[in-house]
Amino acid sequence: MSLTIGIPRETFAGEKRVASVPEVVEKLIKLGFAVVVESGAGDLANFADATYQAAGASIAADAASLWAAADLIFKVRAPSPAEVGLMKEGSTLISFIWPAQNPELMQLLADRKVTVLAIDALPRQLSRAQKMDALTSQAGVAGYRAVIEAANAFGRFFNGQITAAGKVPPAKVFIAGAGVAGLAAIGTAAGLGAIVRANDTRAEVADQVVSLGGEFVKVDYEEEGSGGGGYAKVMSEGFQQAQREMYAKQAREVDIIITTALIPGKPAPKLITAEMVQTMKPGSVIVDMAAEQGGNCELTEPGHAVVKHGVTIVGYTDLVSRLARQSSTLYATNLFRLTEELCKTKDGNINVNMDDDAIRGLTVIKEGGITWPPPPLKVAAAPAQAAKSATPAPLAKKSVHGTGAPASAGTLSLMFGCAALLFVLIGAYAPTAFIGHFTVFVLACFVGYMVVWNVTPALHTPLMSVTNAISSIIAIGALVQIAPPLEGVAEGRPTTWILGLAAFALVLTSINMFGGFAVTRRMLAMFRK
Amino acid sequence: MLANLANVSYIGATILFILSLGGLSNPETSRRGNLYGIIGMTIAVLATVFGPRVTAAGIPWIIGTMVIGGSIGLYAARTVQMTQMPELVALMHSLVGLAAMLVGFASYIDTSTVLSGAEKAVHELEIYIGIYIGAVTFSGSIIAFGKLSGKIGGKPMLLPARHLLNLIGALLVIYFAYDFMQAHTPIDGTLALVVMTVVGLLFGIHMVMAIGGADMPVVVSMLNSYSGWAAAATGFMLSNDLLIVVGALVGSSGAILSYIMCRAMNRNFLSVIAGGFGTAGGTVVKKADGEPVGEVTPISATETAELLGSAKSVIIVPGYGMAVAQAQHTVYEITKFLREKGVNVRFGIHPVAGRMPGHMNVLLAEAKVPYDIVMEMDELNEDFPTTDVSIVIGANDIVNPAAEDDPTSPIAGMPVLQVWKAKTSIVMKRSMASGYAGVDNPLFYKENNRMLFGDAKKMLDEVLVALKG
Repeated sequence: MSLTIGIPRETFAGEKRVASVPEVVEKLIKLGFAVVVESGAGDLANFADATYQAAGASIAADAASLWAAADLIFKVRAPSPAEVGLMKEGSTLISFIWPAQNPELMQLLADRKVTVLAIDALPRQLSRAQKMDALTSQAGVAGYRAVIEAANAFGRFFNGQITAAGKVPPAKVFIAGAGVAGLAAIGTAAGLGAIVRANDTRAEVADQVVSLGGEFVKVDYEEEGSGGGGYAKVMSEGFQQAQREMYAKQAREVDIIITTALIPGKPAPKLITAEMVQTMKPGSVIVDMAAEQGGNCELTEPGHAVVKHGVTIVGYTDLVSRLARQSSTLYATNLFRLTEELCKTKDGNINVNMDDDAIRGLTVIKEGGITWPPPPLKVAAAPAQAAKSATPAPLAKKSVHGTGAPASAGTLSLMFGCAALLFVLIGAYAPTAFIGHFTVFVLACFVGYMVVWNVTPALHTPLMSVTNAISSIIAIGALVQIAPPLEGVAEGRPTTWILGLAAFALVLTSINMFGGFAVTRRMLAMFRK
Repeated sequence: MLANLANVSYIGATILFILSLGGLSNPETSRRGNLYGIIGMTIAVLATVFGPRVTAAGIPWIIGTMVIGGSIGLYAARTVQMTQMPELVALMHSLVGLAAMLVGFASYIDTSTVLSGAEKAVHELEIYIGIYIGAVTFSGSIIAFGKLSGKIGGKPMLLPARHLLNLIGALLVIYFAYDFMQAHTPIDGTLALVVMTVVGLLFGIHMVMAIGGADMPVVVSMLNSYSGWAAAATGFMLSNDLLIVVGALVGSSGAILSYIMCRAMNRNFLSVIAGGFGTAGGTVVKKADGEPVGEVTPISATETAELLGSAKSVIIVPGYGMAVAQAQHTVYEITKFLREKGVNVRFGIHPVAGRMPGHMNVLLAEAKVPYDIVMEMDELNEDFPTTDVSIVIGANDIVNPAAEDDPTSPIAGMPVLQVWKAKTSIVMKRSMASGYAGVDNPLFYKENNRMLFGDAKKMLDEVLVALKG
């Protein structure tokens, strides 16, 4: 027999998401499950009952009949006490639970003798778990939406433009916290053309910030801020002081601040003080994504957008719901991946396998017994993340010289013909001594040809000056002429003339010889990495 | 025994010279390469001085002349500005040419060796050719020096019927060669030699005068090649293998450089030598249709700084204008600042940027720009589409999209740096005047192009101040 999955309508005020969407319902049915959807569950996310029916789900008229029918419940928000009361004994619930923050709810659920998988308790450091990571998918949506809200409240372009009507400077956006939401915000803001800066207490995210087009702003203080499970931990007082100074400086410079700093199980840290808000330019915008946990800004009013000191402070707690169709689809897919893990046999039954690291982490209540917190798994793999260098090493390209198009056959045969004729003439008429020199000459031309093609174009000027210097080898000609031979001086040798010519030639070639080598040396000394 | 020792030393010197050129394949080994050259030269000179052909009477002369020449050379090498390298190199070529001429004359009037028959004819021919090449190298290099240093205008000077003049010159040289070979006394022969030398000098002047400023890299490398052939010819006339080998090395090196330069401009070597820019002449080429029309968009130094500040990757394309404005140090300051901010800054060097092969590389090296971010055109061209900002400093023809897009353009087919493919390109220029090729540049009118008018050094200083501010 196969289980029935129930998709109830979310009852939390302002929640527009739904735990599954028609597209995913179809896939669940293929896994062997039956699916029941509460009437109107997807309305706020623009999924009509009819589309669920078309995907193969049946529609339950009200919550009571749905909860009664379902063996496996998919939900977004943690259930209310009333909903817990509707649950069948022995059924399984998958939703956000936040077990640390909600001990009463945990007790209530345990008393109900159900199994609960808290999607927020997923061990995120397992790479296998990433496809089920609803926190990540929802935070990404929130980060995107935060930038859109900021752009909506901000009175200018994001991207710098030079238009016929004048120049528009790009907006400067500072993003506090480079977690999933922060990174999504960085990418979105950079994509809109703003100058994006970001900060995070975890140094290993700097590369990720840069890879998305942001600039990582360091806090001028040494401390490692990576806690377990991809979250940041609380930092020391000295660090916080340095961090406040950095935030104050950013507040004066930027147009938009988006804060995403959360510490699990604690109220959000107050990063932006009222004084910092006062120093911001009028018309600036703060989007406080931590509003639900109290906010990163002192002046945030959770759930509302307010204008204080000329700065719009957006404290919406439902950023994800404001993009309900997108966030629901992503959440539904996360749950589908989880269902695949639970139902490896594809027969519509689930197996909560406590030996599986991912499932073990998720399962906070197993058949009425509280199994949370799970045994510690591993420390966050910080080095692995840091190793993801954003800039791949530039590939050393081997430059290819001398690969011009080969000469055509006609030209080649003509050249060979001429050369052959020349060689025949020389061979026939030239004296033996000349042949010897000619051989040397031709071979030297080829050596020169081979050697010079290897010279890198960057060194062509030094090549010219060094060839210049060595062509002052003509000095040897002058040297042998400058002194009269000891014996056998022919009659009428104009010794003075020869001496004069040779001495002058020697002066010229010495200029070349010394000057050429010296200037080459000077040039080459400048080439450095 | 002594003669053999000298010859063996020559072989050693030859190998050292080849190693010296080989060392230049990589900046790491280049310094050692230069050292090999120095050692090779020292060995060659010492072997000759202590060899069988030089007598004690000559030693004071040798020391005296070498001290004079050496001091001049060292002084020049120490004081020359890196922007003046092309001039210095041209001047040095002229010295080699002149020395080859002098040695040739001295060799001719030296009657201490008596030859006859074919050997005599070959020897005389060698002298004749050696002096001719020396003369062309000498006068050509002097003109090139004048053009490079701005003492002579950069525009090609085209005499009417210049090809005919060259032809007459060539015929005169051949006629006097015959005359020279027939001469029985040195005095008769000397007359023919002198006439030929004058023709050679005039030919050198005429040839370089007819070449435009943008073709100067070809000319400089061609003269480099000539100075090598002059040395090789001297080697033949003196029956000295070391001279022949070195001359051949230098000659082929210069020839290859000329070829690389010509290919980089998509020009035929002969048409460069024949003078002017193509057969259309060196006048400003204006097309009746297809003339780029539109507005150029100026930009201020502050805006440039903002663009650079928000860019992730920047490619700088320097040209001769950077050398003229001496802006390379400021360019480096900006590069350093951007690189510290994590911006990927690279330099794109066109083979004919500047006035001699590798000119830009030397200037950037002088400004301490690390050579591993200085790229060749082929290494970099495909990266422009992913580049945020490309900056062209004092270059024009080497970034002209017309070379790719417009088959009727005089520079069509010349490989160019595709700066316009970057998100934004900024061209720094003093005015809207066209480049040496006299071709208008459609790049300036592109929508994503901005013009930063003014002196490159001054504007870059302002950009740097704005960046740091």
